[in-house]
Amino acid sequence: MTEAAAATEQAPDAIRVESVSKSFGVVRALEDVSLRVRPGEVLGLIGDNGAGKSTLVKILTGFHKPDGGKIFVHGEEVQLRSVTHARSLGIDTVFQDLALVPGMSVYHNMFLNRELTRGVGPVRFLSNREMKKRSREYLDDIGVRVPSMSAEVARMSGGQRQAIAIARSTHSDARILLLDEPLAAMGAREGALIIELIEELGKKSDVSMIVIAHNYVHVLEMCDRVNLLRNGRIVLDKRSDETSVEELTEIVAREYRLAPESASDN
Amino acid sequence: MAQAAAHAQPPLPQRAGFGRRVAAALVRRREASILLILLALIAYFSLRTDAFFGTDNAQVIAEFSAPIAIIAAGEVMLLICGEIDLSVGMVFAFSTWIFYFATTDWHLPILLAVVLGLLSGSIVGLVNGLITVLVGVPSFITTLGMAYLLNGLTLNISGAFPVEPPGGHTFFRFFGAPPYVTVYWALGVIVVMTILLTRTRWGLHTVATGGNLLGASESGVNVRAVKVGNFVICSTLGALAGILESIRIDTIQALQGGFPLMFYAVAAAVIGGTSLFGGSGTIVGAALGVLVLAVLNLGFTIQGISAYWFDFVLGLAIIVSMALNVTVERIRQSGRLGSST
Repeated sequence: MTEAAAATEQAPDAIRVESVSKSFGVVRALEDVSLRVRPGEVLGLIGDNGAGKSTLVKILTGFHKPDGGKIFVHGEEVQLRSVTHARSLGIDTVFQDLALVPGMSVYHNMFLNRELTRGVGPVRFLSNREMKKRSREYLDDIGVRVPSMSAEVARMSGGQRQAIAIARSTHSDARILLLDEPLAAMGAREGALIIELIEELGKKSDVSMIVIAHNYVHVLEMCDRVNLLRNGRIVLDKRSDETSVEELTEIVAREYRLAPESASDN
Repeated sequence: MAQAAAHAQPPLPQRAGFGRRVAAALVRRREASILLILLALIAYFSLRTDAFFGTDNAQVIAEFSAPIAIIAAGEVMLLICGEIDLSVGMVFAFSTWIFYFATTDWHLPILLAVVLGLLSGSIVGLVNGLITVLVGVPSFITTLGMAYLLNGLTLNISGAFPVEPPGGHTFFRFFGAPPYVTVYWALGVIVVMTILLTRTRWGLHTVATGGNLLGASESGVNVRAVKVGNFVICSTLGALAGILESIRIDTIQALQGGFPLMFYAVAAAVIGGTSLFGGSGTIVGAALGVLVLAVLNLGFTIQGISAYWFDFVLGLAIIVSMALNVTVERIRQSGRLGSST
């Protein structure tokens, strides 16, 4: 996106990344990455393993700090200090590993690190009943059935775990939701349910999303726009209705022919 | 549309038989199974020897158990968040000497001396925690080093001669007087630590840290602070147990506590269902584990069985408990037991 194009839009982007870079030792995970997500938009992020997708998500979520570049949230430049800080700005993430604790109950997982408490001053105790009740409501809201809020997450199916993780994020007043491979390690039937869930969330105009996925069919189904990340750079930016699975496949194939692993990015 | 997601549910639990329900209950409530074992041991020793069942022996068991239970409560917190403290038995001795010197050499009021003793324990815990978390030395090694370091330090400052603990009659009445004052303290510690573990954010974050370290930190839990905090709690409880116990036995020695006491506490925690892999455990379970050790110890003594066999059975109990833990966990992961309510 050029500066001029961004300036003509009226509402500021939900999230705008400008020339962000990040290295881990000698590995350049991200190199001069710029992207933006309009309010209410669902952006699909595709790219090969090791292209830097997860690194980008972890920077936007405050888990990693970028080496350089700028990040704007709703038009304001921010330095994301921590996961908690990113959350306070309305950015929430469903990590690839879901960040659920298997041995803990559904409702404790739903409220992990934003537990409801009651008490006086620093002496505070968990409001388990309230957390249980709200967890039930949150899951009902998105139409996910879980047998018991007190059951351990270890006993949930992959789809249920994904749904729990998504429900946890959507009900934390998150206005920007990052989903890191929500369809990974999931059967076709459960995957379809999660796609439906993401589509439902995408229709809500107040939630912007970045979805990382591998399957182009799924990406075009779920997302308004697609960005392709390659060797730490964004090399493609297209609206979903202006492209197709065939075109994406061809572009990716061409990208790989033009820029084999050993060659430089330019 | 999203209603379709309602189909994302696990296979319904089959109608559970009685045996399976009992097994499921024992899986869910590990304390129940350890309580059964405890009662069985008491019944066995009571039938085998006339001398076992009585108030005198109840007192012996209580006195033996109290300091270990206090320390075990701290070890449970650490084990749950995925760490261990091997130095707490040395803190037990070291902090007691600090308490002693605070009154005799530095002429501080006795309550302030107690606070200083406890604080010396807290500082040891803080150092253990910071080295483990910031430098990345495994806690097994950090606290092993700390154990020898403290032992050497204690032997040096004490001159290796036992002394009488300071304090007047009123002080003793609330702090360590035999037979039961330490037991009351232990019960208090068990209640407070159980509330901390099961009813507060700190406890939940401790479980989350041990249950999924990366996931907990991705959720914004300050896993380093949780770990350091629990090192401090464990060492402070070690100091408390040391001061109380020295007053009860009316002696302060450089070699009190040590590795045996620490290993009793860890063994009790493991027998009581705390996983050495982190993520699960209970204070009450550990306290029951301490009682199992105490009953075994006393029962063997009364039966005239050599103390060597106590160690033998203790070792067996640790291995069996841990094997049971691992197996139960595997069963639970596969979802065959513990049907939801």
